[in-house]
Amino acid sequence: MADLSINFAGIKSMNPFWLASGPPTNSGYQVQRAFEAGWGGAVWKTLGDPIVNVTSRFSALHYNGQRVAGFNNIELITDRPLDVNLREIAETKKKFPKQVIIASLMVEPVQEKWHEIVKKVEDVGVDGLELNFGCPHGMAERGMGSASGQVPELVEKQTSWAKEAAETPVIVKLTPNITDITATAYAASQGGADAISLINTINSLMGIDLDTWNTIPNVAGKGTHGGYCGPAVKPIALSMVGECARQTDSNIPISGIGGIGTWRDAAEFMLMGATGLQVCTAAMHHGFRIVEDMIDGLNNYLDEKGLASVMDLVGRSVPKYRDWGDLDLNHRVVARINQDQCIHCNKCHIACEDGAHQCIEMYTDKNGKPALKVREEDCVGCNLCSIVCPVDGAIDMIEKPGEEPMTWNERQALLNTL
Amino acid sequence: MRIPDTKENLWKNFDEVRADLKPKEVMEEVSRCLFCYDAPCTKACPTNINVPSFIKKIASGNMKGAAHVIMEANPMGATCARVCPTEELCEGACVLNDASLPIMIGDLQRHATNWAMKNHEPLFQPGKPNGKTVAIVGSGPAGLSAARELARYGFKVTVYEKKDKAGGLDTYGIVPFRLPQAISLWEVEQVESLGVAIHTNTEVGKDVQVETLMNDFDAVVLAVGMSDVPLLGIPGEDLDGVHDAIQFIEKVKDGHLTDRFIGKRAAVIGAGNTAIDAATCLKRLGAANVSMVYRRSEAEMTAYPFEYAFAKQDGIEFRWLTQPKSFIDDGLGHVARMECVRMKLGEIDASGRRRPEKVKNSEFYMDIDVVVKATGQVRYTSLIEAFGLENDHGIVKVNPETYQTSNPKVYAAGDVIFGNGSGEAMVVAAAEQGKKTARAIQEQMLSRI
Repeated sequence: MADLSINFAGIKSMNPFWLASGPPTNSGYQVQRAFEAGWGGAVWKTLGDPIVNVTSRFSALHYNGQRVAGFNNIELITDRPLDVNLREIAETKKKFPKQVIIASLMVEPVQEKWHEIVKKVEDVGVDGLELNFGCPHGMAERGMGSASGQVPELVEKQTSWAKEAAETPVIVKLTPNITDITATAYAASQGGADAISLINTINSLMGIDLDTWNTIPNVAGKGTHGGYCGPAVKPIALSMVGECARQTDSNIPISGIGGIGTWRDAAEFMLMGATGLQVCTAAMHHGFRIVEDMIDGLNNYLDEKGLASVMDLVGRSVPKYRDWGDLDLNHRVVARINQDQCIHCNKCHIACEDGAHQCIEMYTDKNGKPALKVREEDCVGCNLCSIVCPVDGAIDMIEKPGEEPMTWNERQALLNTL
Repeated sequence: MRIPDTKENLWKNFDEVRADLKPKEVMEEVSRCLFCYDAPCTKACPTNINVPSFIKKIASGNMKGAAHVIMEANPMGATCARVCPTEELCEGACVLNDASLPIMIGDLQRHATNWAMKNHEPLFQPGKPNGKTVAIVGSGPAGLSAARELARYGFKVTVYEKKDKAGGLDTYGIVPFRLPQAISLWEVEQVESLGVAIHTNTEVGKDVQVETLMNDFDAVVLAVGMSDVPLLGIPGEDLDGVHDAIQFIEKVKDGHLTDRFIGKRAAVIGAGNTAIDAATCLKRLGAANVSMVYRRSEAEMTAYPFEYAFAKQDGIEFRWLTQPKSFIDDGLGHVARMECVRMKLGEIDASGRRRPEKVKNSEFYMDIDVVVKATGQVRYTSLIEAFGLENDHGIVKVNPETYQTSNPKVYAAGDVIFGNGSGEAMVVAAAEQGKKTARAIQEQMLSRI
């Protein structure tokens, strides 16, 4: 059994799995159920001046019969009075002293407002604060959420206001709705943030109803963009986490968020530099019980890899995540089809023929059976065939001996010396 | 199936055995389809239905498109969705057989054609009239398929059908719990909606003369299929209670359910698909005991494996290597016993199977109340002769490319050309032959224009 506990910016947690701020952390009842299920922490649904919500609020992208490949919401921050939330936080903390409770906060960009709310939540015993500069819908129209988070100066200033009053660690939650997330990550650290968390949800419109021509979701025939999350956003989140993690001018701890639903996703985010993890959509889809396999699977994985602590994973892949110019131009792989595994769906052939480099041939073998073969001299090793192949192991990407390694950057440097 | 005790609850036993897929089953199944390129399922279909195409159309919600793809390739697409031996055709060829489980192509085809039946969307239009006329004799799958295609080419098509309803085997010969009659009649309607005139209760050679067709039409398609079960040529065949399987199934299919088989002991002679149909019908009509009596063994039976399995599930008993010798009456003209003789297998015969031979002094008796004979079908030889067509014991000879008979004006398709070694007697094969016949007529007429 490996040690799953983490120390995230000074916050000690029994495991890296926290519920992200959102519908599952709306109330003490829910957070307590989550803690009973095994979650190490929860970021309480964002507190601020109470708002009014609309119905309906959620929608999802279903893909090929699978529910919730992506998820979108137009719900705002908590619609419950602050004192009720504070009372429930205190009560939950008392019942579960070992679990982490982080207060997510969103107020107008006014110094006193930040001071005031930070004091109130710290008084009830939260373990840390998360500044919500990411919510892309509704609140942004009032100058909060992502409207703040998209302006590095505002991020820095508000972070420093929170820090002025805070005694617990301050985590700044970043919006992905920005060209370069490292700019706001840098601003947060300049403002004194103890950690960053990313990503918040992505601007999205889930769809259009082809019968009514209404947006999905719609509120009395009108819709608005929502925040996109769930499995579909994981690659975007992972890349943004990696971009922040590989900044050499900062080694601010990262809480990874975005499409995490299994221990595998969790391990990937940690390898790419996240110390802590936050989960929302998967818990909304399946309930808090999913954490059981996240813990169990991560544990078994660490044992299998011979790692004593989950902290040993953190950042191990970051040095491998580079600029394109650092990639070896002379590295060569080609596709090879394993005839005994191939089921002859010909997906690789047509994908290569129409979408890649026309190097997979259909032919009839000497026994009169249909077969497929890669013309290796024309294969550029793009992976498309192995991606579309429905059978694991039917197509391998084989390394071929190439010339001496040389990156684009090295090549340009060499050219400049000529 | 429940054991019926009254005529009223007999009906329930004739509901379709296999249920429609539920909407979620459909979505799961269409999502599983790999959308193969140069797909083996399509190649395995005698009518070359573009299976991945119609499955993806179901997945995208384009139900009309899905139904169109199916019915375009196979005018009997709704029937074939239910009666095709899919495990020997499309599903047997599915690449997922090697990786997991084959796609339920037949059931998905049924789902798409059910949509078409329910929504009454016209899928096809008649072609621009080309001034040519074709008479089609017989409205079974081959005749209807030819009619549909010819109408789309612009021919004026007249179909002659001696029975009360069109559809042939699909309407009368396939048991209702496999294929409700309404399915076949919908396919008939589809063909009629293209302007094809179908004259039912009109027997060629009797109500309409062969010469009339030969004189009045530019081409004739003979698609009369096959007739009743041949006589066994043994004593007692004319007793009450001895039935012909084709006529027996026809009555059941047409809704004439009777309670007179309830509690009876029945024997079905033969072990082909028709014999199984007769046996399972008898069971559904309440027969207490149904035995299939076959002179060869299990290995030689011609029924599809799934039909055999179905019969066993229904509790049908099998008497292999047994041949009836005579039917004995009860003194009142009704069959009461069947004298049988045991058989053994000898050398390989002309059909490629071991020849059954009588075992000396092995006679025994079976007490039975009902006999249904299902030992093949006789040919409409005299009609074929009336057209003056070259034939081999009633199997019309055709050019395998053009389906033209010895008389270039007369084409033939379906069971009327089906014989040993010339493919499988399947609805889907008949439909394809009808299509090809229509194409050949179109090509030959066009070349003359």
